[in-house]
Amino acid sequence: MSTEIKEREPLFSAKNVKLLKNPLNLSNPITVQVLGICSALAVTAKLEPAIVMSISVIFVTAISNVVISVLRNGIPPRIRIIVQLVVIATMVILVDQVLKAFVYDVSKQLSVFVGLIITNCIIMGRLEAFAMANKPWPSFLDGIGNGLGYGLILVVIAFLRELLGSGSIYGLQIIPHQFYEMGYKNNGLMILPPMALIVVGVIIWVQRHYTRDLIEKN
Amino acid sequence: MKALRKLLDKQKPHFEKGGRFEKFHSAFDSVETLLFVPDKVTFSGSHIRDAIDMKRTMIVVFVSLIPTVLFGMWNIGYQHFISHGIVPELWTSFFYGFWKMLPIIIVSYAVGLGIEIIFAQYKGHEVNEGFFVSGLLIPLIVPPETPLWQIAIAVAFAVIFGKEVFGGTGMNIVNPALTARAFLFFAYPADMSGDKVWIADKLDAYSGATPLGNALVGNFDKIPSPYDMFMGFIPGSIGETSVLMILLGAAILLITGIGNWRIMFSVFAGGIVMALLFNWWGANEYMKLPFYYHLIMGGFAFGAVFMATDPVTAAQTKRGMYIYGFLIGVIAILIRVFNPAYPEGVMLSILLMNVFAPLIDHYVIESNIKKRLKRMKDLVSN
Repeated sequence: MSTEIKEREPLFSAKNVKLLKNPLNLSNPITVQVLGICSALAVTAKLEPAIVMSISVIFVTAISNVVISVLRNGIPPRIRIIVQLVVIATMVILVDQVLKAFVYDVSKQLSVFVGLIITNCIIMGRLEAFAMANKPWPSFLDGIGNGLGYGLILVVIAFLRELLGSGSIYGLQIIPHQFYEMGYKNNGLMILPPMALIVVGVIIWVQRHYTRDLIEKN
Repeated sequence: MKALRKLLDKQKPHFEKGGRFEKFHSAFDSVETLLFVPDKVTFSGSHIRDAIDMKRTMIVVFVSLIPTVLFGMWNIGYQHFISHGIVPELWTSFFYGFWKMLPIIIVSYAVGLGIEIIFAQYKGHEVNEGFFVSGLLIPLIVPPETPLWQIAIAVAFAVIFGKEVFGGTGMNIVNPALTARAFLFFAYPADMSGDKVWIADKLDAYSGATPLGNALVGNFDKIPSPYDMFMGFIPGSIGETSVLMILLGAAILLITGIGNWRIMFSVFAGGIVMALLFNWWGANEYMKLPFYYHLIMGGFAFGAVFMATDPVTAAQTKRGMYIYGFLIGVIAILIRVFNPAYPEGVMLSILLMNVFAPLIDHYVIESNIKKRLKRMKDLVSN
């Protein structure tokens, strides 16, 4: 009995905490793996849709990771992608219905991008690379971690874009109207997707400046 | 001259390694090489150095821009007074425009060189001459009423994201001056287009639309005469109005061999071919506009002479240059006539072709290799 207890890993062992923490910086899905860029450009003009999108993705990655991890020994390898897609699609439909029911306006703003979570490479990537080979609890943490890593970048981009592009944060006017009277104008380029790509670039630049390990050696 | 050399030599040790002002080495170096031709020699490889270095090249471009700068200053004042119903004297207009344009030039240089020097210090290389010309090009391609803080932001954006992230002068993919203008155009459209911005402090009742603006909304009878457009007595961005002055600059560039005639020629050729095609098609009024109007309206001539020929961002192979220039001309006219959101297509077409220039070069070189291989094979088999 006692040996069995020793073998059991604590819920938040160093290894498990790493699963949560690594995607925030060292293996960030957007800035390091360059996945999920499409939605990062599309839904980040304002902070509110970005946050809702992040929560949705965190939910979908975490739950589908757990489901696939539970099923992993029963899935025939040849049809595993289809099984994964069915699981993700189910979760996405759930999320979509919840959004439509409770935050209809945001759901309108996100439009097709909620449905397109299905094609978000981060989720498929995590299922293939992690959930298919790990137990449910680590898979759950991995899903939460990657969702958070994705959400973190989304929120930073959206914060900058909304502040500079619309002069507000979460819909609240931040830049005082005296500024506008003095001739200040909102930056229209910030609203356009190309600028989001440049903001992603700047985040990668800053991240690599502080995390030297990420710089490729050549 | 000698006294200056002596002064520099005396100060030099302070700026070299171990000196008091070691940190400001690149700033000192840029001043020294601006004043005197550097006496550096080659260490390896070919031992021939051209007497004309990048700074001298840039000075020639700078000189070729002076006619457009002076005319632009005069035209700012002239348009301003005309809009108030006054026919001004030459010097009144010039000084009015001079005081309007000087702050723009100062802001452009201060911000651009400031960022260049910071990057040069940080990366430990010399301050490049690249911004010397860009800093003057940017004021020439904005409307006279552009707020200075917008110019500062645009210049900062262009220097950092158009140039420094790629590795500085000579490594950039797109033209920095046009990057600045594109930034302004998309970020602050209200200050960069329409009929309010092209004349400084105009009376509200006076129409300030540019010829392109008029053409876009269908006011073809309001387009000025070709003579006015050629001479430049029209509202517009500061430096682009006078085709005559631009051609003067082009002559300086071509005689000294700094500017590339292949690119200039093929941009104009592309514009003419596309405009003639539209004339032949003739589906609407805009398409029926005589082809030479397109060449003297807006920034076509300015773009062809000063922007498309930028040696860093243009195609490098001879055949590539023809393709690159021709497509710039074609796409510029195409955007003007077809896209109602953009009255002027030259900026966008040059930026687009900047991106494609390396691809064009690649295929030109590939085809050349293939041709020579074939020739070789034929020789061997015979």
